[in-house]
Amino acid sequence: MSTPERTDDGAAIELRAVTVRHGNVPALSRVSAALRPGEITCVLGENGSGKSTLVSVLSGLRRHDEGELLVDGTPVRFRSARQARALGIATVWQDLAVAPLLSVWRNFFLGAEPTRGVWPLRRLDVDGARRTTARAMARVGVTGLDPDQPASALQAGERQSLAVARALHFGARALVIDEPATPMTVARQTLFGQAILAARAQGLAVVVVTNNPRYAHVIGDRFLLLAHGHVAGNLTREDIDADELTALMAGGESLTTLTDALTALHPELGER
Amino acid sequence: MIGERLPSYGPPPASAGRRLLARALARPSLPAVVALVVVVVFFGVQAPGLRSDVGLAGVLDVAAPLGIGAVAVALLLVAGQFDLSAGAVALASSLLTAVLVGPAGWPAWPALLVSLLAALLVGVVNGVLVVNTGLPSFLVTLATFLVLQGVSLAGFQSVSGSTQIGGLDDAPGWPSAAAVFGSSAVIGDARFHVAVVWWLVATALATWALWRTKFGNAVFAGGGARRAARELGVPVRRTTVALFCLTATAGWLIGTLGLFRVEGVQLGNASLGTAIDFVVVAVIGGCLLTGGYGSAIGAAVAALLYAVARQGITLAGWDPRWFQTLLGALLLVALVANGVVRRRLKARPRS
Repeated sequence: MSTPERTDDGAAIELRAVTVRHGNVPALSRVSAALRPGEITCVLGENGSGKSTLVSVLSGLRRHDEGELLVDGTPVRFRSARQARALGIATVWQDLAVAPLLSVWRNFFLGAEPTRGVWPLRRLDVDGARRTTARAMARVGVTGLDPDQPASALQAGERQSLAVARALHFGARALVIDEPATPMTVARQTLFGQAILAARAQGLAVVVVTNNPRYAHVIGDRFLLLAHGHVAGNLTREDIDADELTALMAGGESLTTLTDALTALHPELGER
Repeated sequence: MIGERLPSYGPPPASAGRRLLARALARPSLPAVVALVVVVVFFGVQAPGLRSDVGLAGVLDVAAPLGIGAVAVALLLVAGQFDLSAGAVALASSLLTAVLVGPAGWPAWPALLVSLLAALLVGVVNGVLVVNTGLPSFLVTLATFLVLQGVSLAGFQSVSGSTQIGGLDDAPGWPSAAAVFGSSAVIGDARFHVAVVWWLVATALATWALWRTKFGNAVFAGGGARRAARELGVPVRRTTVALFCLTATAGWLIGTLGLFRVEGVQLGNASLGTAIDFVVVAVIGGCLLTGGYGSAIGAAVAALLYAVARQGITLAGWDPRWFQTLLGALLLVALVANGVVRRRLKARPRS
């Protein structure tokens, strides 16, 4: 095994030859990447290329089978999403992770509820939670919202805003965005873009999983291309322009061809 | 700052009256309250005996143990699980306590503690099996129900050598335990049992836990949106096991209250009917069988409804078997009402 000879001391999260198997089938194999603070990494790839698995590993939902996952240089093995959240890694899930029957503020704080009082009487800080929720939702452009209404009463776009507002509130180290499968209006896409840029400005490491290479090229600093669970390319903005990125995404075949071409240009890519 | 240039997406302003109506309809306990009022009025006319102190005491005697079980099962239903073994736990724990106090000669409190631990063990087994195998809890708890019933009935007879144990009140510590689990008070001209207090305390605690603690949030999310709960790091597995322990504890409490009531036990089948009754009452109280929605107060109200109907039919001089028909009809009405509520709640408006 040849370790990548990069100095990633500054990486907020680093993957070193991470392998994840579903049964015997590797969903990710020997994936290495460094996610640096204040940098937007776009993860691109076809369906089934391992993007969602990568999100699961980063967010603690899925434990990696081999390799190392380092958070601020310390190796971690998450046993649940709670541990990842405790380290300040917040995720916008593809399905948004909104419980339809719970109120908006319960959804906002689900899994990380603010409490007061000592143990037998420890209870939710309901008023504080309501206030914080209303403020955070106003921050992403949803005003005049009743935090007590069930999440099922929200418009689809408002649900997306809820997921983004929650991730921005809890993300202290990294923000992982798995772009929703549901169609987004231009205003929502703008919201996602603004959230991503705001998180970068705050010095978070941002990971965006998207199917849209043009959008990725607009916001991304670095592009991680996945194909069949392998890293097919790890490029910066300087390496590639929007058209090339689109061509890369156009199909698996051209992706492979271009990966070969890129490997020829950048021999260090082949070592991963 | 984000969003300063974005249009706002506030909900359309609703009139105060409509919002109040929506809030009331969103209460899971509403159908049970309405049905309770109807049944009380109906049997208040049909069976005048129900309106006396004695009638009330009779109703509460039926409602209290049922309510304790139903409140615990309601929490479990909200978390999307099912427990058929609570009735068997009630029988088994009272038999175990009686064997330890009678033939084995233990003092009352250690015997109670051991039977509580045994009940908790059943809860842990149920919970761990459900969580780790992913099997439907309906089947897992049906299996534990059968195992438990067989073990407790056969074991009791082989240990005690008879089908009943009486005269437990000579055991050391019995009077103090009886004060907690078996005392009663005469109010008016009727005798009210302490089980009513336990029932009210259980309902209040369950309601508080459901709406005001992290645990309650985990219960709701684990039943209504398990995937989202997992993605957000809610400890769904731990919560599920804890809830199975809770229903087992409720079963133990019901068994113990019954034991101190008659100061002895008699061998009898804990029919599956007891456990089904808990579920029926919880569903009438507004719990969705699919989880994510329900209330402890609704379950308590439905237990009262159940008791009023049963005592009413007896006092009105009807054939008691009509009660099952009435219960079935109530269940159907509750299921339809819950279905309507759920469609309203789960309807996803598209933007």
